[in-house]
Amino acid sequence: MITIRVNRKEYHVDVEPDTPLLWVIRETIGLTGTKFGCGVAQCGACTIHLDGEAARSCVTPVERAIGREIVTIEGLPDDLGRPLKDAWIALDVPQCGYCQSGQIMAAAVLLRENPNPTDEDVDDGMTGNICRCGTYPRIRRAIHLAAQAIAKGAAR
Amino acid sequence: MTEVVNLSRRGFLRAGALSGGGLILGVYLPTPGEAAEPPLAKPASFKPNAFLRIGSDNSVTVIVNHSEMGQGIYSGLAMIVAEELDADWTKVKVEAAPADPVYNHTMYGVQITGGSTSTISEWDRLRKAGATARAMLITAAAQAWKVAPGSCRANKSRVIHQESGIVLSYGELAEPASRLAPVRNVPLKDPANFTLIGTPVKRLDTPDKVTGAAVFGLDVTVPGMLVAVLARPPVFGGKAIRVNSAKALAVSGVRRVVEIDRGVAVVADGFWQARKGRAKLEIDWDLGDLSALDSHMQRDEYVELSRSPGAVARKQGDAEAALAASARVLESVLDLPYLAHAPMEPLNCVADVRPDGCDVWTGTQAQTLDHHAAALAAGLKPEQVKIHTTLLGGGFGRRAALDSHFVREAVLVSKAVKAPVKVIWTREDDLKGGYYRPAAHHVISAGLSEDGQITAWKHRIVCQSFIIGTPFEAAIVKDGVDETCVEGAADLPYEIPNILVDWKKAPSGVPVQWLRSVGHTHTAFVVETFLDELAHAAGKDPLELRRSLLAKHPRHLRVLDRAAQEFGWDKPLRDGRGRGLAVHQSFGSYVAHVVEISVSKTGKITVHRVVCAIDCGPIVNPDSIRAQMEGCIVFGLSTLHHEITFTDGRVKQRNFHDYPVLRMNETPEIEVHIVKSTDSMGGVGEPGVPPVAPAVANAVFNLTGKRIRRLPFRADDLKQA
Repeated sequence: MITIRVNRKEYHVDVEPDTPLLWVIRETIGLTGTKFGCGVAQCGACTIHLDGEAARSCVTPVERAIGREIVTIEGLPDDLGRPLKDAWIALDVPQCGYCQSGQIMAAAVLLRENPNPTDEDVDDGMTGNICRCGTYPRIRRAIHLAAQAIAKGAAR
Repeated sequence: MTEVVNLSRRGFLRAGALSGGGLILGVYLPTPGEAAEPPLAKPASFKPNAFLRIGSDNSVTVIVNHSEMGQGIYSGLAMIVAEELDADWTKVKVEAAPADPVYNHTMYGVQITGGSTSTISEWDRLRKAGATARAMLITAAAQAWKVAPGSCRANKSRVIHQESGIVLSYGELAEPASRLAPVRNVPLKDPANFTLIGTPVKRLDTPDKVTGAAVFGLDVTVPGMLVAVLARPPVFGGKAIRVNSAKALAVSGVRRVVEIDRGVAVVADGFWQARKGRAKLEIDWDLGDLSALDSHMQRDEYVELSRSPGAVARKQGDAEAALAASARVLESVLDLPYLAHAPMEPLNCVADVRPDGCDVWTGTQAQTLDHHAAALAAGLKPEQVKIHTTLLGGGFGRRAALDSHFVREAVLVSKAVKAPVKVIWTREDDLKGGYYRPAAHHVISAGLSEDGQITAWKHRIVCQSFIIGTPFEAAIVKDGVDETCVEGAADLPYEIPNILVDWKKAPSGVPVQWLRSVGHTHTAFVVETFLDELAHAAGKDPLELRRSLLAKHPRHLRVLDRAAQEFGWDKPLRDGRGRGLAVHQSFGSYVAHVVEISVSKTGKITVHRVVCAIDCGPIVNPDSIRAQMEGCIVFGLSTLHHEITFTDGRVKQRNFHDYPVLRMNETPEIEVHIVKSTDSMGGVGEPGVPPVAPAVANAVFNLTGKRIRRLPFRADDLKQA
């Protein structure tokens, strides 16, 4: 039995220690917002936060997450999550939507580290996340929109 | 004529979203040749097809028979109903239709999502459903108030009596309206009075797609479900001849190893265990006839095929004679590779086969085909099989499988293990799994007169057909020509006196299928790059040459002029930049792209800007059109970078590292301009793709003087000496 903390809650899971965190989150715990896209850390669909850093859950063995704080799209705190989701909705970013959990999780870390990113910063921060529907131009705009909303909120 | 029917009182419909009462309407569309009798006159043969339910809770549920794969169709079709219904958009919900002939595509005769036709094919039927419901709700209100229906109007899911100002909500009126006969021949709105259609309404599915709540096929779980991965033959057409599953079965969590016709399934408690088990399988394969398949050799074979005439797709005048008589002949030979759709959600399917029934959950574009294939594989009658369509994590044609292979696999495995099973394809399985855009070899030539007029055009296409031998053959193959192989070439719009377009069928073997914009993906590249070449040879501006040859094609002209003007075609570019354009009609819509690029010393192309103009006729949601054009442009730019190739019969590419798709840092600035148009309605899911790659290739020539005659681009082709 392995104990992990996901979205501020403890789970005791009966899985092999080498099982990628992605499948523990999806199949064992049942949180399906985190997606399987490539299995080799190439596409970013499985992006989660591990102790606050963006991590590819498809290549992270569950044993490496023991004792660490795991956050998935379902548990993304509102301080960054709300403005990002609002911006995504305001610009109708998603098409098929499959990659968007990973995109938002990556964007949250980007904005936390760099509250006022340039287009180039956004490109650098988001290049690991593939969107086959081609929503990149809107993701770019949505990140700027969220950054503005966060800045306004802070100024108030 | 379509006929709206009241299904509210039909008890057997009371399931799922249709339970709880209220007004339920269907739209009956007689098949051609069927007597135009009102359907209720023959209740025995009439099958229900609910399209719209108005609940006592004020909800408006639109049952959508097209699959949502990102194109925004759930919202677009709901908008059409809501407009005529005068519904409050915030109360509108969408539910996927089950697989049933009553939900067949109005043009294709099966339930399928493709061809960029979802909006145009449902436009009349859903407007009528919405308008009829609205008239019935007004009638119910007028009866309650004992006033004339004409003295009432509807607005935002309420009926208002004009004089007194009294109001009843649709929720309050749903039950009384459900007792009424449908109001016949309800007039539809004058488009000038539309308040929703034509506006950038927010999509209904976005909120769930930003919280992780949206359910795709891969997210479906049913009680007792096992997970399977398959070892499929390493070469297409291969078969397992000996399987040793002992080591696989020893892996913790692996329950069963099952052989089916498409491979060997490892069935386990979860994906990781199944995948570990698969790695331990020992299989001897009979590799079949394609074990020596090699992309270079296949290209040689296609070249050989191109030396003799094919089936004629278009003949106008005498192209051969005109070529012989022309002052100058230009020829171009082009090669385009197999392409994988690579949707972000790898293929998957959940099947639960029981002795007396079968349920299938999957993101599919082709419910009718899957329904029949599942019934056959399960050994059940079609009425015992239910298809539940989930959201699709991308489709691009991959999930409209003509042989329903990804559904059959799950059904066969579930049947064998007598439990619900989810078959998951890994990314590698998906890329190596076939059903590609066919590789194509093109030979094209044209004659120029002394004064630079194009006198002749001869275009030969060599590629596989994925239509011949399928139920679609009768509709799509004409005089021996598979239309999906020559579309975009045979319908060349340019005014040239002598034209010959023919097609040589390449041998089948590698599984091929439609990919976003289908034949246009390769024909437009050839036609639009070659026209650019002719412009250069004739000393003409590529925009001006196109304009002069499109005088009789106002819609082509409109998008071409608009894109050129917005781009600033008449203004000089910055140093080190090149520009190119292309225009193409597909799926009833007209799209022009103008691009600006640069090329590094090492031969790497950077696309800086794409300016797009589209004429798709009447607009339902302009923001969805923009989103589709953006998506088409990114999809088209990806085709500059990837290919599927074969060595020793095996697919070489494995994952996104060797099948690269466009990423954020490679995405140019994109501008989309929608041309106002009252012409016929076209599609938007695909028509933005075809002109992308040729516009970039033309820009590369503009900057470097080098012609791109094969895709993907190779940096070596463009490297500065």
